[in-house]
Formats: sequence, structure tokens, C-alpha cells
Amino acid sequence: MPDDSELQASRAPGQILTNRVPGQAAVDEMVLSRENETLESDDILVTKPLGFLFWMAIGWVGLVFLMAVFANLLPLPNPNFQNYSAINTPPGIHHLLGTDDLGRDLLSRLIFGARVSLIVGFASVAIGMAVGGTLGLISGFKGGALDTSLNAGSFVLLAFPAIVAVIAIVAFWGQSLLKITIIIGVGTIPLMFRVVRASSLSFANRDFVIAARTMGATTPRILFREILPNVIPVAVTFSLITVAGVIVLEGSLAFLGLSVALPTPSWGNLISEGTANGNLSINPYIMLWPAMAMFLLLLSINLIGDRMRQRFDIREGLL
Amino acid sequence: MTKYFIRRVLQLIVVAFIISVLVFLLVHLLPGDPSVTILGPNDTAQNRAILFHQLGLNKPLWQQYTTWLTAVFNGNLGQSYLNHESVTHIVATGAPIDIELIVISQVVAFAVAIPLALITSRRPNHPVDNVASTGTFGLLALPPFVIAPIMVAVFAVGLHWFPATGYVPFTQDPATNLHDMILPSLAITAGSIAVYYRLLRSDLISTLQEDFITMARSKGLSSRRIMWRHAFRPSTFSLLAAAGVNIGALLAGTFIVEYLFAISGLGYSLVQAVQQRDYLVVQGISLVVAIAYVVLQFIIDFLFTVVDPRVIRG
Repeated sequence: MPDDSELQASRAPGQILTNRVPGQAAVDEMVLSRENETLESDDILVTKPLGFLFWMAIGWVGLVFLMAVFANLLPLPNPNFQNYSAINTPPGIHHLLGTDDLGRDLLSRLIFGARVSLIVGFASVAIGMAVGGTLGLISGFKGGALDTSLNAGSFVLLAFPAIVAVIAIVAFWGQSLLKITIIIGVGTIPLMFRVVRASSLSFANRDFVIAARTMGATTPRILFREILPNVIPVAVTFSLITVAGVIVLEGSLAFLGLSVALPTPSWGNLISEGTANGNLSINPYIMLWPAMAMFLLLLSINLIGDRMRQRFDIREGLL
Repeated sequence: MTKYFIRRVLQLIVVAFIISVLVFLLVHLLPGDPSVTILGPNDTAQNRAILFHQLGLNKPLWQQYTTWLTAVFNGNLGQSYLNHESVTHIVATGAPIDIELIVISQVVAFAVAIPLALITSRRPNHPVDNVASTGTFGLLALPPFVIAPIMVAVFAVGLHWFPATGYVPFTQDPATNLHDMILPSLAITAGSIAVYYRLLRSDLISTLQEDFITMARSKGLSSRRIMWRHAFRPSTFSLLAAAGVNIGALLAGTFIVEYLFAISGLGYSLVQAVQQRDYLVVQGISLVVAIAYVVLQFIIDFLFTVVDPRVIRG
């Protein structure tokens, strides 16, 4: 039985920095650098404390999560209840964040709307990671014809404008929460595949893997006990950044009326409602609250992703 | 060199071909019926059959594909089922808008990001650097559909500096055109600034630790010369890659600002066509966008060889 603790000790903190041949990596980087969007790479090998901001960010994401999960238990009016005697009221004691042009409680809509944004954001990336990540892990490690064909396939799929496909399929198939989540989830598969594959590939021939194989470890064992733990930081960091992207995508779909069907609130739907029918000048709160909530959520997710990247020493250019 | 480019061009052709098949299949495998788009839901089965025959929709898929592709090679992307507008015409009027939006937003993004990164990378964690890094983090969390309405409220409705909506072709009136396009372009530039700044800054920081920079310093070269002549070029690799991805995403991704500012570029035309089930328009624009994306990546690959000729060997 191979001694795992010894094998894993050989994994250096900066492995991802190795093999950065500009030419080889060029094409991969082109795809992978989507995630660079929020990353920075100074302080390599310096463990910075996570910092106050990081915990603030965790706190905000946690708060939004809890609110969304327990929305039904909170003392909130029905988010779709239209109170025509209280239209466009400013924030006050009865409606903490005010009401919209149909007299619906904005706080309630904001909290219930968080459900859609969070579910679409996290669940679709989970789908992408489960399928694309698994394929990438195996493909990067095994190589060969499987890897070549999957790799070429992912290239072609990425060349296809994903947004077009997502809009088209949502428009034709239907716009329930489940369907939107699945469609976006499937759309993230090639991205996740490329990231995990590149990372898996960089570990496939490292000493600790060869050592494990020499000791007779089976392929599944090497994959899950040796490669996977090393790939996880990259995968999680990249997933977080993709979550931010997907939340924005849901917002964009909402503007086209392609997010979850109205009147179900989602942050995208709310922002879109807030900008429609001159609401922006009559009652800017309708747009302000969801826009602020989304801004803070995206900021928090990006910040958490960035701190994790620094902590795990993932080089920006190569992820 | 030549061999490298021949290989890349061949790849380009293969990918473009596969994409044309994908676009075709996407549109044809989607549920829905073009005859409903044209005749409405209440027409007779007989009329539908006649229409299918006229449109060639009763032929096998591969035949429909080859017919379509042949027409495409002759510059004919087909006709809208709804108003019989030629898709080639839609593309020809829409594409300049997208190109202009992308060009202005990217020029602004580079003009802000590059100097800023050159300044801050010399002293990481200096207060200026911290402010810039935090600020760009904020930009990254501001999607266009949040920025655009705020911009309209402040600069168009409030201050009357810019029109809220409207579009005049550049060829008709360049000044008005640019004036109209500034707000929409700025709305999509925020994310690009953040991405480019952060990437270039981090790459510059690592480049500045290389031996050849120490060498240049010890030769007594000026700071400015070191930054521009020695450090900048080797640090642009991730920047270029990110620009490729970013511009690619903007190719059909500007539909939100096009919608908000009521300018009908390719992105919004595509979205509208999808919603109206206007199959041939969806097919035509998707093809153009996808091919543009592939060509863009090809150009970026070419730029890689300019930045670092070793790419060709790799």
C-alpha cells in the first residue's frame, strides 16, 4: 500500500508555475484566460493572510445564501403580492426597502430573487464541473486518442458563440429554472473540461504520480488520490469565477425576457423591471437594490476566488 | 514560418466547416416549425406542405445543408421568413455597429489599462497600486446592464451630455455617430479594463524580476525605456489571450447595450430573430458571428508570433 502522506509531500506549492512554455501554452491560455478576469499574480510563494475583506465577502455570500434558503421562514410578504394602495413607496417601516410600481415588497422580491441567481449560478457550474471536470481529469491524465478528440471537440465548441446557443435553446425549449440551469450548465462543460484537463496534464508525469504507479497503484486510485487533490484548487477557483459569469448571464437573459418567467423574481428580472417603463426616474429603488446586491455578490465571489488563487499559488496566466 | 501558417489556415478551415454544420444543426434541431412562423398557427396542413416544398424543407437534411452552404459561398445568407429582408443585408447593416462598439470599447480599455499597469507594476502594493487594483475589482463586478442604465440616468437624462438612444451611420455623420456611440461603448468597456489591467500588471511584475531587466537597469537605461522597450512586449502574452477571449465574447455579446440604447447591431438582431423564430436569420447571423470568432482567434495567434516568435516552433 503506497504511503500517501509521503507521496503528497512531494507536491510543491508552485507546481502550476512549471512548464510555462509560451508556445505550447498559448492556445490553452487563450481559452483558460477567461478566468484571469479576476486574478492577479504578485506575491507568489508569499502566504498572505486572507484579510478582513475576504471574511466580509464570505459573510455577504453566506448571508445571501441563508436568506435565499430560509426565505419562506422569514416574516416577508408574498413577493408577488400586489398592494395597489402602496405603489412606489420609498423605504420605510412597513416596507423596509420600499415597493415597486405594482406595490410589491422590494425586500421580499430581492430575497426570493436571490434564489434564482444563486441556483442558476452554482448549480449550473456544478453540472459543468461534474461532467467537464471528470472528463478533463481523465483525459489529461490518460492522453492518447481520447484526449486528442475531446480536446479538439472542446475547441470547436468554444469557438461556437455560447451566448447564441444559450439564448436560442432557452427561447425554444422553455425558461423554467431547471431548464435554464441545465442549458447553462451544459454550456460550461467545455470550459471546465479545458481547465481541469490542463491542470491534470501538468500533474500526469510528475514524480509522485510515477512513484504511485511504480508501487502498483491502479489508475482510478492515481486519479482520485494523487491527481484530483492537486487539481481541486484550480477547479474550485475557476468555478467561482465562472459562477460570477453565470450570474451575469442570468441577468442578461432576464433583459431579453428569457430568464425565469415573470412574475417570479430573479435579480436579473428585478434589474430589468427597474429599468423598464421609466421606472429608473420614477422609482430608482426598484433597480438600485438588486443592482447593489448583485454588485456586492459578484465582488465577493471574485474576491474569494482571487484570495483562493493567491493561497493556492495558481499562476494567473496558466490557470 | 510558412508551414506554421499553412497549418493554422487549414485548422481554421476545418473549424469553420464544423461550425457551419453546428449552426445548421442547431437551427434545424430546435423544436418549432418555420411554417408556423410564416403562415401562423391556424393554416391548413395542405398549405404547410406546399410551403415546405417551396422552402425545400422536405428534402433530406444533408441536401438542405449543401444548398444553404452553396448559397452562403455566393454571398447569399437567405431571407427572413417574416419580412423577406435579406439576411446578408441585415448583417451588412448590423456588423458596422458591433465593430464600432467593440473598437471604441477596446481602444478605451487598452488606453486606460496599459498605462495604469505600467505605472502600478513598478511598485506593487504602493498605495496607488492598491487603489487601482481595488478599483478594477469593482469594475469587474459591474455588468453592462447595471452600468448602462445608471449612465443613461446620469449622463443622458440628468446632464444631457449624450443622447439616451439613437444611431446615425458613421458614413452619414461621423461626429454625431461617435457622440451616440460613446455611452454604449463605455458601458461594455468596464469589464475589459479590469481584465486587461490585472493581467498586464501581474505579468509585468514577474517580467520585471527577470535578469534582462536587471541587465537593462545596470546599463543605466531610463525607467521609461525599460518599461516600454524591454518589459512590455514579453508581458503581453496573457493580455493578448484575454483580449481574444474578451473580444470574442463581445461579438454577439453586445446585445444588452444594443437593446438598452436601441441600436440594432448584430447581437440584438440575432436575439430578436431567435425570439421571433426567424430561423434563417438566426442561422445566418450565428454563422457570421462564429466565423468572425474563429478568424479573430487566428489573428490573435498571429499576434502571438509577433510578440514571441518561439511560438512557431512550439
